[in-house]
Amino acid sequence: MSRHTVNVTVNGEVVSEEVEARMLLVHFIREVLDLTGTHIGCDTSNCGACTVLLNGRAVKSCTIFAAQVDGGTIETIEALAVDGKLHPLQEGFWEKHGLQCGYCTPGMIMSAKHLLDKNPNPTEEEIRWGISGNLCRCTGYNKIVEAIQYAAEKIEQGDSAEEVSA
Amino acid sequence: MIPGSFDYHAPTTLDDAVALLTEHGGDAKILAGGHSLIPAMRFRLAVPDVLIDINRIPDLEYIREEDGHLVIGGLTRESALEESSLVQEKYPLLADTAKVIADPLVRNLATVGGNLAHADPANDHPATMLAYGASVVAHGPNGARTIAIDDFFVDLFATALERSEILTEIRIPTPPTGSANAGGAYLKMERKVGDYAVSAVAVQLVMDGDTVVSARLGLTNVNPVPMRAIAAEAELIGKELNDEVLEAVGRAAAAECDPSADLRGSVEYKRDLTRVLTKRVIRKAVERAKGGDS
Amino acid sequence: MTQLDDRIEPHSPLPEGVSAQVETTHDVRVTTPAKICGVGHAMKRKEDPRFIQGKGRYIDDIKLPGMLYMDIVRSPYAHAKIKKIDASEALAMDGVVAVITGEDLKAAGDLHWMPTLMSDTQMVLPIEKVVYYAQEICVVVATERYIAADAIEKVVVDYEPLEVVIDPHLAMEDKVIVRDDKEKKTNHIWHWEAGDKEATDKVFAEAAHVVEQSMHIPRIHVVSIETCGMVANYNKATEHMQMYMTSQAPHAHRTIFAMVSGLPEHKIQIISPDIGGGFGGKVPIYPGYVCCVVASLTLGKPVKWIEDRSENLQADSFARDYHIEAEMAADHDGKITGLRVKTLADCGAADAAANPSKFPAGMYSICTGSYDMKAAHIAVDGVYTNKPPGGVAYRCSFRVTEAVHMVERLTDIMAHKLGEDPADFRLKNFIRPDQFPYKSPTGWDYDSGNYQAALEKAMELIDYPSLRKEQAEKRKRGELMGIGISSFTEVVGAGPSRDFDILGLKMFDSAEIRIHPTGKAMARFGTKSQGQGHETTYAQIIAEELGLPAEDIQIEEGDTDTAPYGLGTYASRSTPTAGAAGVMAARKIKAKAKKIAAHLLEVGEDDLEWNVDKFQVKGSPDQAKTIQEIAFAAYTNHPPGMQAGLEATDYYDPPNLTFPFGSYICVVDIDSGTGEVHVRRFVAVDDCGNIINPLIVEGQIQGGLTQGLAPALFEEIVYDENGQNLTGTLADYLVPTAVETPKWELGRTITPSPHHPLGAKGVGESATVGAPPAIVNAVVDAMWHLGVRHVEIPMTPQRIWALLREHGVAD
Repeated sequence: MSRHTVNVTVNGEVVSEEVEARMLLVHFIREVLDLTGTHIGCDTSNCGACTVLLNGRAVKSCTIFAAQVDGGTIETIEALAVDGKLHPLQEGFWEKHGLQCGYCTPGMIMSAKHLLDKNPNPTEEEIRWGISGNLCRCTGYNKIVEAIQYAAEKIEQGDSAEEVSA
Repeated sequence: MIPGSFDYHAPTTLDDAVALLTEHGGDAKILAGGHSLIPAMRFRLAVPDVLIDINRIPDLEYIREEDGHLVIGGLTRESALEESSLVQEKYPLLADTAKVIADPLVRNLATVGGNLAHADPANDHPATMLAYGASVVAHGPNGARTIAIDDFFVDLFATALERSEILTEIRIPTPPTGSANAGGAYLKMERKVGDYAVSAVAVQLVMDGDTVVSARLGLTNVNPVPMRAIAAEAELIGKELNDEVLEAVGRAAAAECDPSADLRGSVEYKRDLTRVLTKRVIRKAVERAKGGDS
Repeated sequence: MTQLDDRIEPHSPLPEGVSAQVETTHDVRVTTPAKICGVGHAMKRKEDPRFIQGKGRYIDDIKLPGMLYMDIVRSPYAHAKIKKIDASEALAMDGVVAVITGEDLKAAGDLHWMPTLMSDTQMVLPIEKVVYYAQEICVVVATERYIAADAIEKVVVDYEPLEVVIDPHLAMEDKVIVRDDKEKKTNHIWHWEAGDKEATDKVFAEAAHVVEQSMHIPRIHVVSIETCGMVANYNKATEHMQMYMTSQAPHAHRTIFAMVSGLPEHKIQIISPDIGGGFGGKVPIYPGYVCCVVASLTLGKPVKWIEDRSENLQADSFARDYHIEAEMAADHDGKITGLRVKTLADCGAADAAANPSKFPAGMYSICTGSYDMKAAHIAVDGVYTNKPPGGVAYRCSFRVTEAVHMVERLTDIMAHKLGEDPADFRLKNFIRPDQFPYKSPTGWDYDSGNYQAALEKAMELIDYPSLRKEQAEKRKRGELMGIGISSFTEVVGAGPSRDFDILGLKMFDSAEIRIHPTGKAMARFGTKSQGQGHETTYAQIIAEELGLPAEDIQIEEGDTDTAPYGLGTYASRSTPTAGAAGVMAARKIKAKAKKIAAHLLEVGEDDLEWNVDKFQVKGSPDQAKTIQEIAFAAYTNHPPGMQAGLEATDYYDPPNLTFPFGSYICVVDIDSGTGEVHVRRFVAVDDCGNIINPLIVEGQIQGGLTQGLAPALFEEIVYDENGQNLTGTLADYLVPTAVETPKWELGRTITPSPHHPLGAKGVGESATVGAPPAIVNAVVDAMWHLGVRHVEIPMTPQRIWALLREHGVAD
């Protein structure tokens, strides 16, 4: 079995670690980097609890090897709040009661982030399809949809506010 | 669920990848999107000694038109199809298909080439490519060759690819425009998002008024090998469309497929579902053909 | 406990079975300002900041120095003799520390068997034979997770396959005996009856109308997104066993571990960290936990065990699996007169349900539901099969889901048979508001209810008459549209300790509140949140009683070293029991606060009145002491003769259960070509008494509805004839996504519980209990005119397609 050095930018910091070829990215993030906000909920790529952004795209980190992300950029839930200020999605989930046990929440938020990056004004249906790779057992999704709508509005307002001030 | 150990290679040229594949033969697996392979490895249903990661080979991800074809790089992600305005505007059958493969997160990594090369009759692209009459380009030690999609799927999980060949490109003939009215559609019945099809039908056709000039149909997950519904096509081509013709086409498709019973349904259900979906998908394709969609 | 506590007795439980008349309203009662955020405020949850920033601490996030990892070898057979276990190759691997087998457990003090919560026995690790697919065979402990996973592949087990019995009806024939360790060679475990057989038979003999229906409530799984796991950390020097455990009931588990293992209870600490969903699945003690404890005990090192999803789906407790034959009788006027039910309970290889010991079929005898009838009789038989043991009360109070499904189906069938509108038929047959407190024919004392109000509200919200009109028009065009109703009565909040226990531990619950000198507070409870939002709800309850801002109250649960003893969270019991304990403890504090305030203001206690957050002098409200001032004085200037401090504990034993209820109306469209059911609308009117946090209540209902939708349309654990689980991954066990889940439309009525100190009832499970029959009733309603009388769940497209074709509908 081969071992490989992985140089990767995680949440803005460059890390370099040697890992076994078979180490899954989610274990790299959780066990090697101690970023435990990214969770594991299945072994078949179904639940999405392990969702992170890889080079800006939401992926299931249980279905990619750590060695594959050498040279890449990863964002996890831990990087979303900047200088103690919550990201609009985090605010939305809190305001709208978009979480209960919190276990699917980081994956759900990262998935939603990619969705809003691609489509800043999604319809309710687009949101539902957009988060269909993430399972939540507690909320019944309705309030997650509201949380994402809240964030979309907030981001749009923020953008226009910036434009005005500029 | 932890994969077994393996040696990992990440070649940066196609030639290196082919050389590694030639060297390791049956002990090696190509790692593209990994969304069929890695779960199988986690359950140790697949225990390759060597993984050849082709993701670092440049220029295998593209979608463009050339020489009367839509050409798609083997490593093109499913999500790229969804996001391509070219695909959305001119290749609605492919656009339909891309939207219903697995789930959005999987589609961000899963590749078109992998979906075909895995030759899983439950995968969605095989039926679509059969309906398009596409071809695939394979790279091996002796360079590139083109394989017609009709010759590509040879058995369950088996393709015409040689052991040391890598699927690098998919070529879809651009549907005719102008006086001919081309249309296509994919209709998949799945139990929930992310599931494989209970049955799904792909169709690409050309209409002249109400008459079907040409048509190809592909079926998903109702046969041990991805299949074209040739008998159904025969019921369709040259006919003026009406309910009776559609019913005959649907029945032909239901009769010629060979589904197996599982949790998704009985043989009878899958056949009947194939009949129903065939009728519906043709209506949709015809609507598109008449509406000016290709 | 201070002397003071003993002098004050704020408990005034109503006499057994007695309830006062209560009014039904619609508006949530709020008495405190937003800065205090007492009961009724839609307060944002206090626990959320850590979860939305990835700072929750779940079981797999626990990492201790020197920690080892355990993985489990599982059986590929559902029934087989074990001839030999050869672990030599595994033990020879680098990094493998130990392999533990059933023989090892036996040698360690007969730990190879353990009691279930039903006083049955269950193998921890087998010695002679395995009795279900994926059963634990032995465990491997290694220095790394990946090495442990490799090592279990190297353990060679020699099996001799035996004939299996999967169907509980066949199991009753005793041709294959699942449990030959038992003295009696039979698969029949118990027979249980409730109600009056003679009176029921008489009602049926005199009935003008009788309908009957058999139905199967399938095996399903809770699928919390976090699986189960443990980090056991035994310190050989201090002989202290610390267990981080995915536990819904840490105190009860500590006691059971002490009794089974012989470890002294004061040397055991269970910490239930953040729990990623429980739903009843984290109530039982699974063999994996016991093996993890033994591994740590033996090795003197921390050992971690985290279940894979496939292990979780294949071996953990299932829920439901009741095979029901039920009959309903009615008189000439279409009044329901009786219910007669026979049921076969498939328990799997051990009766490992979580029912109170008096009730082997739990609260199943609540099955007369929301309807007033003369008599009912229920007979249930438990039976062993070669399937994993169970079954847990998945988001319900011990089998009430099965009861509601049955009575709501039969009610609907009766209405249709009599040609009456199912809504009118229900309104006619409901227990009337003036009948509460209501004694049911099977002996339950319903505390309060207004079933008419809830159904009428739901009909108004969905515009029921228009829907029936639309349906009639669609039917003419051959389109299949159905409207289904479920008017359920839930039974939650176990329980009065006279009736409810876990292995003899009475089902009270507890709260301990400490007010710090600066007016901030810490409160600990015997329950354990798994997402229900206790840190918010409990803080609001205390805020309501004491006027401290909810923000200033820290809530803790789950650490048995610090929290007062309690029975845990399941069966929607937290608000009815621990929530009530919180009220009572706060009231003890308030009584002491009053004495302190009187001392500070130099007036008599009788001259004082409470005003939101302070005691003020009657008639001169500017003479007042806030709760914060009083708290400071409790440590700095307390009256002579009084003990310092401001703390109280309460152990609350509710006088009765609470009976939340609701009416749900579902509209479905059926695709006659594919057999797909589309839930177009779903209105849910719930009544859970007084509401503590409307936001959390809505969340509970929406989540519960989705867990009711799931078994109705998607989820089932399926076994093949060899007992292999065919739905052992989330690719095959179909948990709905946001796409399959409808937009829920909620409404409410409020009929307080007369005996709960805040008038609240539990709410976490109502929707899961009430939703499935509404969907089934809608689907049958869509096809009744074709001759369809019943559809089994899950109502898969194939099942609907087969019914349509059978009844002559083609596409």
